[in-house]
Amino acid sequence: MATPRRHIATSEGEPIALRDRAIDNIRFIRETMERAASFTAVPGWGGVAIGCTALVAAALAAAQTDPVRWLVIWLAEAVLSLGIAAWAIRRKAQAANLPVLSGAGNKFLRSFLPPMLVGALLSLVFVRAGEMALLPGTWLLLYGTAVVTAGAFSVGVVPVMGACFMATGAVALFCPPEWGDALMAFGFGGLHILFGLIIARRYGG
Amino acid sequence: MARTGAAPRRERERSGGRAAANDSGVQRELSPLELDRLIHERLRLGIVSALAANEWLSFNDLKRMLDTTDGNLSVHARKLEEANYITCRKSFEGRYPRTEYRLTAAGRAALERYLDHMEALIRAARDR
Repeated sequence: MATPRRHIATSEGEPIALRDRAIDNIRFIRETMERAASFTAVPGWGGVAIGCTALVAAALAAAQTDPVRWLVIWLAEAVLSLGIAAWAIRRKAQAANLPVLSGAGNKFLRSFLPPMLVGALLSLVFVRAGEMALLPGTWLLLYGTAVVTAGAFSVGVVPVMGACFMATGAVALFCPPEWGDALMAFGFGGLHILFGLIIARRYGG
Repeated sequence: MARTGAAPRRERERSGGRAAANDSGVQRELSPLELDRLIHERLRLGIVSALAANEWLSFNDLKRMLDTTDGNLSVHARKLEEANYITCRKSFEGRYPRTEYRLTAAGRAALERYLDHMEALIRAARDR
């Protein structure tokens, strides 16, 4: 305790300044750690796992003749992926001793959710109009948009992955509808696995 | 607030080449509450904090996180490296060199000491 006491004894105004600076320094450390950790909190192995389930879903969906069953399979896959993503993000954040819904986490969600909501709404419209063939392109495109925008708060490979999804979605919108499952297998399966591995290797997990 | 150049002894050693071993020896002499000038500087504190939350970070990721320039980051990273607070590994990604940093045990201990010091300052001001 010798050092701070000595500083404090020197003048009247100093203790407050010292204290404020100390608080400011601690806040800076905390915010930097939080930002740095959430920067790399994208789950690599989680992405690989999501990619694997998507490949299975694509194989199952491609074998269906009934469009309703096709849709149910992909919706189930979406729910499963969300669950895996939430679990993986939580795990990685806990490993780094971070609150999951920190300031950075909130920012991420706020940019991730709007394109996803648009995707859900458009899906509903397309299903009601019987335009199921438009779904793969729409999903890939809007998921890619969500990843690009939210990826601004993450490491550089994340927005790149989003852009790849957007490109795949754009291709899907202009391709014969039979390609839909293959393109989704490429996107939700292949891209997730590829970028998941890159993230896991570079940013641990 | 102490800024860059607050650790003249270490910096003189730096010009004489790699002095990591000496520096960690020097570090021992600090009493627990003496301010560690080496990580007190803002950007260096930022580097150490960012690395405390990640095992490895590349030069470019650190630059993005800390919103700084190539020159600034490399100067301050080198100071921390020479004090043995961080280590780096270099590799190639295609044709581009890739530098990654990691916090050492000494660096983590230094950050913890620094945090303790700041907490002690706050407590001392409150107790008064």
